[in-house]
Amino acid sequence: MTGKLVLENLKHRPMRSLLSILLIGVPVTLILCLVGLSHGFIEDSQKRQRGSGADILMRPKSSSFLSLNGAPIPEQLVGYMAKQPHVKMATGVYSVVVEGVTLFATGINYEEFTQMCGGFQFHSGGAFQRPDDVILDDYYADQTKAKLGDTINLLNAKWHVSGIMEGGKLTHIVVPLKTLQERLENAGKVNQIYLRLDDPANTAATVKYLTGIPALEGYPIISMENFTSLLNVNNIPALAGFIAVVMGIGVVIGFAVVCLSMYMAVLQRTREIGILKSLGASKGFILGIILSEAFFLGLGGTILGILMSYAAAALIHALKPASLPMTIAYDWWPIAGAITVAGALLGALYPGLTAAAHDPIEALSYE
Amino acid sequence: MSSGVSNGDIIQIRDLCKTYRVGKVDVPALRGVDLDVEKGHFLSIIGPSGSGKSTLFHIIGGLTPPTTGKVVVDGKDLSAMTDAARTRMRKRTVGFVFQKFNLLPNLTARDNIAVARYIGGTDAKPEPEFEEVLRLLGIGERLDHKPNALSGGEQQRVAIARAIVNHPAILLADEPTGNLDTENSKAVLEVLRDLNRRLGQTILMITHNPEAAAYGDSTVHMRDGRIADRT
Repeated sequence: MTGKLVLENLKHRPMRSLLSILLIGVPVTLILCLVGLSHGFIEDSQKRQRGSGADILMRPKSSSFLSLNGAPIPEQLVGYMAKQPHVKMATGVYSVVVEGVTLFATGINYEEFTQMCGGFQFHSGGAFQRPDDVILDDYYADQTKAKLGDTINLLNAKWHVSGIMEGGKLTHIVVPLKTLQERLENAGKVNQIYLRLDDPANTAATVKYLTGIPALEGYPIISMENFTSLLNVNNIPALAGFIAVVMGIGVVIGFAVVCLSMYMAVLQRTREIGILKSLGASKGFILGIILSEAFFLGLGGTILGILMSYAAAALIHALKPASLPMTIAYDWWPIAGAITVAGALLGALYPGLTAAAHDPIEALSYE
Repeated sequence: MSSGVSNGDIIQIRDLCKTYRVGKVDVPALRGVDLDVEKGHFLSIIGPSGSGKSTLFHIIGGLTPPTTGKVVVDGKDLSAMTDAARTRMRKRTVGFVFQKFNLLPNLTARDNIAVARYIGGTDAKPEPEFEEVLRLLGIGERLDHKPNALSGGEQQRVAIARAIVNHPAILLADEPTGNLDTENSKAVLEVLRDLNRRLGQTILMITHNPEAAAYGDSTVHMRDGRIADRT
């Protein structure tokens, strides 16, 4: 009977209930989108790094594993690295941020890189034919609506699209290394060297060996397996804190919306509360009804928030598939739901206690 | 008006006073009421506005505590009861019928009755005999309608059904015909009289209308917070 009473109360003022659910759903969507984008960035980066086919990665001195800051690496080191024990091949690349934090254009030595990664799968076009050629993956081509043969602007220069490839091979945008070096006035420099070994089982030993070479002192050398495992939410500066802040905002919004909504509901239903009290309803019963309503509003907000996160993901995928890779964070549904419902219950506590404390005679005479 | 205590009295009130605090002013509503009501009696309470009828009704119904004096309802001393104990008493000892019907607007007539039963501690359907009561009230066909689809007379009869579904010792009716036309007023008063005569339901009814008061077995006249006389 309590459930029916709660349901009928929610149905009795459908606009209030729907607006509350919508407003509660917004922070749920925010949380899920933020987490989905974080996970999307990470999974996309991991997939593309693995797609390089390399076993070991060498980065510039003084760079962190996530940033390419620091003095570039002399290109001569590529040949030196290729001669080390167990190293089957080495290739140097130069990556430059095009947009945001994860959308890079990467200059490659086409022959070396395609040999290492097993080759690109082209949807249209093919390898570089001219120095100003660019190969785009399908995500970036969809995002920019670029087609084979188009001229696009990148890094303050014009590039000719020579091919559209399947995504997942290191980067969304591939250009000739030499051209990129010249246009950036960094001739003879690379900022990452990828190594492929004769046998992946030798990775740990080779990393240990390379880091012990005096000429390579200061260069971060890391196995691809370790590098991709370091790509997680906790290792991206301020991201975990940012997510915590958004969750906090979610709790506050859920709290405020439900507090206001239930406070209004209690005012509108003062007489009905008096009726229930005249029938012998206890304070606990009245409080229980208000909290149950808040629980269902929170639950409804969570479900709507999840549905809106699907809509947001579809919209983001349609507009920015390369810049904003987003996944659906299923494992965060219960977390977002618990946060929202907790906020809703907290918000309903004061109105609920107010309702429970109503004097029945005053409540019955309320117009 | 009686000063003696009878074993058959379901209500026994002695020197009842009630003072409300309005701002910084004490307003006496009842100034020493003595009243006994026998079980199965239909008592009308009549008096002008401000005479204390509603306050007496609220105290007997356990909606507010007395300031001083003794009030025993169905063997329970209300003057010694906590707020929670009075709340429990309202579940099964008293049933209210109000002037403005006071049905829950979002529930059907059937659910309004079921809510009272649920709060009273029984979630099961009313006993089969209750169907007879519903027939007596003439609302058997209207139970699946919400209050806004019922006439005033029908709403009041649903309110009466809700008030008696838990078999309360006393039915308290506060101006039950105050919002009804003559025809519906007569129907409701006859229903109350039938409940009293057929089921032995004890009824206290507040009214301004002497014709309505005449449906009771006896009438108490109140004035200035006191019982002026009983006829």
